[in-house]
Amino acid sequence: MDIIVCVKRVPDVAEAEVDIDSSGRGIQLGTLGYVINEWDNFAVEAAVSLVEAHGGKVTAVTVGGEDDEDVLRRALAMGADEALHLTDPVFEGSDSFGIAGILSQAVADIPYDLLLTGAVSGDVGGGRVGPMLAAMAGIPHVCLATELSVEGSTARVRHEVEGGLERVVELDLPALVTVQTGMNEPRYVSVLGIRKAGRKPLRTAGTAEIGLDPDTVGPAAVRVRIDEMFLPPRGEGAEILAGNDEDTVAALVDRLRQQGGI
Amino acid sequence: MRLILVLVEHSGGVVDDSAFELASAARKLGEPGEGVRVGAVLLGNDVSGIAEGLGRWFDDIYVFDSPRLQVPDGVAGAELLAGLIEQEQPFVTLIPHTNTGMDLAPALAIRAGAPLLADCITLEATEDGISAVRTRYGGKVHARISAAGTGGFMATLRPGSFAATEAPGAGGELHTMAVPEGLAPQRRFVETIAPEPGAVDISQAEVLVAVGRGIDEEEHLEIIRSLARAMGAEIACTRPVVDKGWLAKSYQVGTSGVAVKPKVYLAIGISGSYQHTGGIKGAPFIAAIN
Repeated sequence: MDIIVCVKRVPDVAEAEVDIDSSGRGIQLGTLGYVINEWDNFAVEAAVSLVEAHGGKVTAVTVGGEDDEDVLRRALAMGADEALHLTDPVFEGSDSFGIAGILSQAVADIPYDLLLTGAVSGDVGGGRVGPMLAAMAGIPHVCLATELSVEGSTARVRHEVEGGLERVVELDLPALVTVQTGMNEPRYVSVLGIRKAGRKPLRTAGTAEIGLDPDTVGPAAVRVRIDEMFLPPRGEGAEILAGNDEDTVAALVDRLRQQGGI
Repeated sequence: MRLILVLVEHSGGVVDDSAFELASAARKLGEPGEGVRVGAVLLGNDVSGIAEGLGRWFDDIYVFDSPRLQVPDGVAGAELLAGLIEQEQPFVTLIPHTNTGMDLAPALAIRAGAPLLADCITLEATEDGISAVRTRYGGKVHARISAAGTGGFMATLRPGSFAATEAPGAGGELHTMAVPEGLAPQRRFVETIAPEPGAVDISQAEVLVAVGRGIDEEEHLEIIRSLARAMGAEIACTRPVVDKGWLAKSYQVGTSGVAVKPKVYLAIGISGSYQHTGGIKGAPFIAAIN
């Protein structure tokens, strides 16, 4: 069984203060570290463990600049067999629609049974690229999977649906599944592991190699513009307790007691 | 007059609140000085009872009723909506940014060739199209986004971000829509699974001490447990804590977890993503420890 897993490198903002950059349409990336998108990490683990169980090949794919190769090296270290780095200056500034178009053009040349993506990304977070890619590729999809197994040419997927419920469905392959966090326990990746995986094949391709019309990507082709970014306004009535620990704790206990919390 | 379509989410015969929020958001998208027609799109099996209740919110109700639509299927739903959009030419189609909405909307955007503004927390019509605010980077940043054109836009709206106001005179004219013979859902339904009840029902708790990934280590849960005991509170958590296996799913507050309505909510090591805060209902006193 051959699986293509789409991955993305994102700035790690979990513990960081975020500021708007001078363009007013992005954030200052200067001091931020980068990580594999959390959802994609679960998708890579799902791909690798399915191929370990059934045989076949995992190809990891990303769209991005030179530095984004890191995320492919990491996927190879987790057990992906090959990697495809879709990189071209004209890709920069594409929106979800453009990215899905790049991916769909690239995967058309690769045989696969299953396409996996993370359910959303930690930076943009709209959850659009996966199902858009499925629609462009003309294959069925299921979003927000929490369990995934394959038997013969059928995928069985448990996924999150309406009303706090989950649903189990079956799909004929080829199909696309977007992966939720918590589906599995992504394996640990060591620096040594990344170095060892350096011998695995990693191919780069741009518009010419995948046969994509450059007019369909980049800022001129976006369907949804980003006009500006700004820091969220502070909630009305919010109060920040500052000072030394002793005073802050006393003030917090006082408020909790007033509200009936203690 | 502009037509705005709203996809109505429902479960177990009950319309999700998002339908009323989206109907109200739709009313504000007319051309200056003009009203709008707001049309509900209802997909499902035996949904006539649901349709009846929508008349105080929607001018038109487009009903696709078929046993083949018993189980929501984003691909099949996108196919039906794409046909309706082509026929009715709405200014914008609004879809709730819920699990099922996220499953359907991107596929529909490709079928209909429409710009899709995702996870909007505000939405307005502009001189040359449509504009919205959404969050990025887990809510740490807001972005104003827009699409230009004369119509045919799509937007998914975040539940809980738009106030629901009835439109008593709307009337809800029913349109029974044909479900094409060729429509065959690509998913085969196996089963629907309700969340397992936990030892404690946090949805009824008056005081909650909730933890997120900021507690760093599983051992720190013991400190939280003793704090909760001292306060007479129950404990709750965010998704990453469940993903790590530190607490059972029945403790997870959020849009894919349990909805809670406490009087006091003490959040410890929680960044406050909307997937989490979306599960906190009512107007509790919230204290967050960074």
